[in-house]
Amino acid sequence: MPETTPPYLRLYRTMQVIRQTEEQLAKSHQRGLIHGACHTYVGQEAIATGVCAHLRPSDVVFSTHRGHGHALAKGVTPAALIAELFGRATGCSSGRGGSMHLFSPEVGMMGTSGIVGPCILQAAGAGYSFKLLKSDNVGVAFFGDGAVNNGAFHEGLNMASIWKLPSLFICENNQFATEVPFKYAAGNPTVASRGAAYGMPGIEVDGNDVLAVYEAAKTAIQRAKAGEGPTLIECLTYRTRPHSEGMGDFGYRSREEVEAWKARCPIRRFAEKLVAESLATVDELAKIEAEVQAMVVEAQAFAENSPWPDPSTAATHVYAQ
Amino acid sequence: MPELTFMKATLEGLTEEMELNPRIFVMGEGIGKRGGNFKTTEGLFDRFGAERLCDTPICERGFVGMAAGAAMTGTRPIIDFMFADFIMDSIGEIVNQIAKMQYMSSGRLKMPVLLRGCIGIGHSAATHHSGNYYPLYSHFPGLRVCVPSMAADAKGLLKTALRSDDPVLFLEHKSLLNIKGQVPTGEHLVPFGKAAIVREGRDVTVVALTIMVHKSLQAAEILAKEGLSVEIVDPRTVSPLDIDTILESVHKTGRLIIIDEAFAPCGVGGDIAALVIDRGFDDLDAPIRRLNGTFTPTPYSPPLEAAVVPSVERIAQAIRDLIAE
Repeated sequence: MPETTPPYLRLYRTMQVIRQTEEQLAKSHQRGLIHGACHTYVGQEAIATGVCAHLRPSDVVFSTHRGHGHALAKGVTPAALIAELFGRATGCSSGRGGSMHLFSPEVGMMGTSGIVGPCILQAAGAGYSFKLLKSDNVGVAFFGDGAVNNGAFHEGLNMASIWKLPSLFICENNQFATEVPFKYAAGNPTVASRGAAYGMPGIEVDGNDVLAVYEAAKTAIQRAKAGEGPTLIECLTYRTRPHSEGMGDFGYRSREEVEAWKARCPIRRFAEKLVAESLATVDELAKIEAEVQAMVVEAQAFAENSPWPDPSTAATHVYAQ
Repeated sequence: MPELTFMKATLEGLTEEMELNPRIFVMGEGIGKRGGNFKTTEGLFDRFGAERLCDTPICERGFVGMAAGAAMTGTRPIIDFMFADFIMDSIGEIVNQIAKMQYMSSGRLKMPVLLRGCIGIGHSAATHHSGNYYPLYSHFPGLRVCVPSMAADAKGLLKTALRSDDPVLFLEHKSLLNIKGQVPTGEHLVPFGKAAIVREGRDVTVVALTIMVHKSLQAAEILAKEGLSVEIVDPRTVSPLDIDTILESVHKTGRLIIIDEAFAPCGVGGDIAALVIDRGFDDLDAPIRRLNGTFTPTPYSPPLEAAVVPSVERIAQAIRDLIAE
């Protein structure tokens, strides 16, 4: 049954899980526990949370290099995520992937990716499967503003539109492709308006407002399941940490700009709204925060104590047989 | 056993598998009502409908990328790309996504994608419709690469591919599409990684690929009249490669030449040579030779085009030279 009112506390909890796990990962990166890249999702939590709140395990998500939030919101545990970044056998990809290859098909997490663009095509392909199989599942692609100038965006959205596929295209416009400003890289700097080019709705929402994302995704999923085709949703947001942990951050943007966006923190904003509108109490939110904190501490310990993968398995699963 | 053309044999295999498995669908340009540029899907649109015979816009990267997502979610896409040259636009989707997905997901995702289309030089097709790409694809772990030369093998390998959970490149030399052969009716599966001895002989082992199998057979007939006995091995799949059958043949003949229309550098012949030197050095009575297509983009004009492909005469001479070593 579709929920008539948003699950406020569940949304708040998911955003807390993402934020606290990311902050833990940032600390772990400084300690040298993460061996490769670590692209955090801090500042963008409302988007994965608002979209994935509608998804069942059979609905599938295809993600980007900045995908920890998508994995967590889709149901990967902080323990499995942290262990993966630590390269441990207990990680969600058994230590084969790290930050950019998080897989958990059991919960519909079909992978983060080191390549910008393919997730759009894969979400369209999943939509094609679901249409052929006559299931009511949806395929969701999350991607950044950097992906919308890539050919995959054009080809994927066009095909999803002509076949009316049950796919959602969620653009997280955090305004920089690594360090290149979107306003420099795009002849048409409004992503949502590009929906018209493919004959699909293009919706612009405040990506730091979890309820706005939640409502937009709800409408898009209803449309997809009704056989009316895909929707493009542009979520305007900002990452408040560097592109990747350990990188400098002020060669291309100012401290003032980052501070201004930190003040628009999606979690704090949501908490204030919940309390102001008596949808939750300060104590309820504090309790959630504390529970999540305990879970992340436990996840960190689990990951640190997990075994390394067996080197003799380095070339298993190359083929099915 | 009925005699069918290579192309009709694949159509028979495809039709049988689509009847058996409703999760199979085909995507490509003109593969719907048109039935495919090479009639690879002739009649299937009326039988299976538009969703399973899906005509695409001209966006190879897009629909190959979609095939990855479809395969990850329970269906079995066939990408019919007409000419293998066309999917170079989608090479990232093949190499970075399709080939790596099973591994990166620790085997939890399967990748049953069949990528089929024509390769090879001929018919003045010129350089954007003439490439042989199997050495490239054979380089990457995660892909299977089929290069049938006979009608029966084409059907049997296609059916095996459509029951495999691995991604398969199924590459059909366009000069083979109308050759005929005896093709078993119904269930006929040819395993991957199993070469065929297409002619038995004593004096020399010829490993030939796709169209070169037929040219080598013609050369062997000429040489037989000269008293030379040529054994011809058709690997049928180059990934996996059945090196054991090649080694057994070389053990018998003591001589090896690889005849391949594809370019020599970093090619299948070089790899076979290295493997035979490594594992069969003591069996060799002469250096290993290769005869390849000329290392150049493919020209259009018939005399230029003919000059870049190993001919029956050149193959026969190369074999004579090797036996004389």
